[in-house]
Amino acid sequence: MLGWGVEFLRAEMNRLLALLFHQGVLDEQFLQLQQLQDESSPNFVSEVITIYFHESEKLLRNLRLLLMERELSDYKKMEIHLNQMMGSSSSIGAKRVRNVCVAFRAASEQNNHAGCLRALELLEHEYCYLKNKLHELFQIEQQRALASVVRYPARHN
Amino acid sequence: MGMAAAESRFHVLAVDDNVIDRKLIERLLKTSSYQVTTVDSGSKALEFLGLHEDDESNSDSPSILRNNHHQELEVNLIITDYCMPGMTGYDLLKKIKESSSLKNIPVVIMSSENDPLRIGRCLKEGAEEFFLKPVRPSDLKRLRPHMMKAVSKDQEQEKHEDEEDDEEGIKSQKHQQQQQQQQEQVEHYQQQSSPRPSGNSKRKAMEESLSPDRTRPRYSDIAAVV
Repeated sequence: MLGWGVEFLRAEMNRLLALLFHQGVLDEQFLQLQQLQDESSPNFVSEVITIYFHESEKLLRNLRLLLMERELSDYKKMEIHLNQMMGSSSSIGAKRVRNVCVAFRAASEQNNHAGCLRALELLEHEYCYLKNKLHELFQIEQQRALASVVRYPARHN
Repeated sequence: MGMAAAESRFHVLAVDDNVIDRKLIERLLKTSSYQVTTVDSGSKALEFLGLHEDDESNSDSPSILRNNHHQELEVNLIITDYCMPGMTGYDLLKKIKESSSLKNIPVVIMSSENDPLRIGRCLKEGAEEFFLKPVRPSDLKRLRPHMMKAVSKDQEQEKHEDEEDDEEGIKSQKHQQQQQQQQEQVEHYQQQSSPRPSGNSKRKAMEESLSPDRTRPRYSDIAAVV
């Protein structure tokens, strides 16, 4: 790991980001997040994303619980959770997750239980994919930060 | 905070029930060198501002933020989300404009919905701006003129009162420096604002924006909204 150059890792990050943009998983709002990170707030992106993961998993659990009530699903409550998730996802640039929330909300407005279930499964799937990819991104970033620190002492010999 | 002359920055109160959006708006505002306080509800905002609601259900808010400390924690602008449980941003806006002590504080509304009716309603009630979420750094540039305008208004009212002379001096200097710039900005802005066609598409509205660099539609002083 220490042998990988900073440039290589930066290229890896860019490659992954480009892929995620291409797939529509992330949109330009994610770049906005990155631009808000600087020396005064060096961990801003990971802090926000960590909060996002925490909140999203709570919301997904609640949605699953609400849908388990077959007889009288509380669609209004579902919509409240969905609006939260939509807002958060939009704010971090999680485009595909947000779009599934939109479809989910439409099904909920129609009190379509089967449609909601399908949407929830799709939402969980998209969220999972996003989370894995963002973890990957952070790992590369950490390695890059480490590689750039390790490099300099060697040079000054 | 700083009684030292050099450190007088504008103080913005941000209201949003969504924790991610609170973190975002806080970061955005700090990047623009504003002092920021964030709260998660309209009722907490009113409490911070020194207004008391009928139902006092907030135990988390520190009780030191009362009227006798109001001067040190003066709020120069309130930016609030529209969609919040309980008191909406619109409700909060109304309460602020109905209050004799708070009505001069400029209020900006944020929303993820590009709804012309909602926008019109907010502007009519006295909101200075309506930002579409997610809010961008370029949106924040529109905040300063409103805060400067409010400062000069306050100065007129406080002329005959015994206030902190240092702070007055600073604001007065800033006011003189900024007055010309502010006037130009206001005129430029008024030229730009024209009724925009209704529609759900944010992108469509963006393309029709008169602003050369990008971005999202800005709403202010719209006389009639279709």
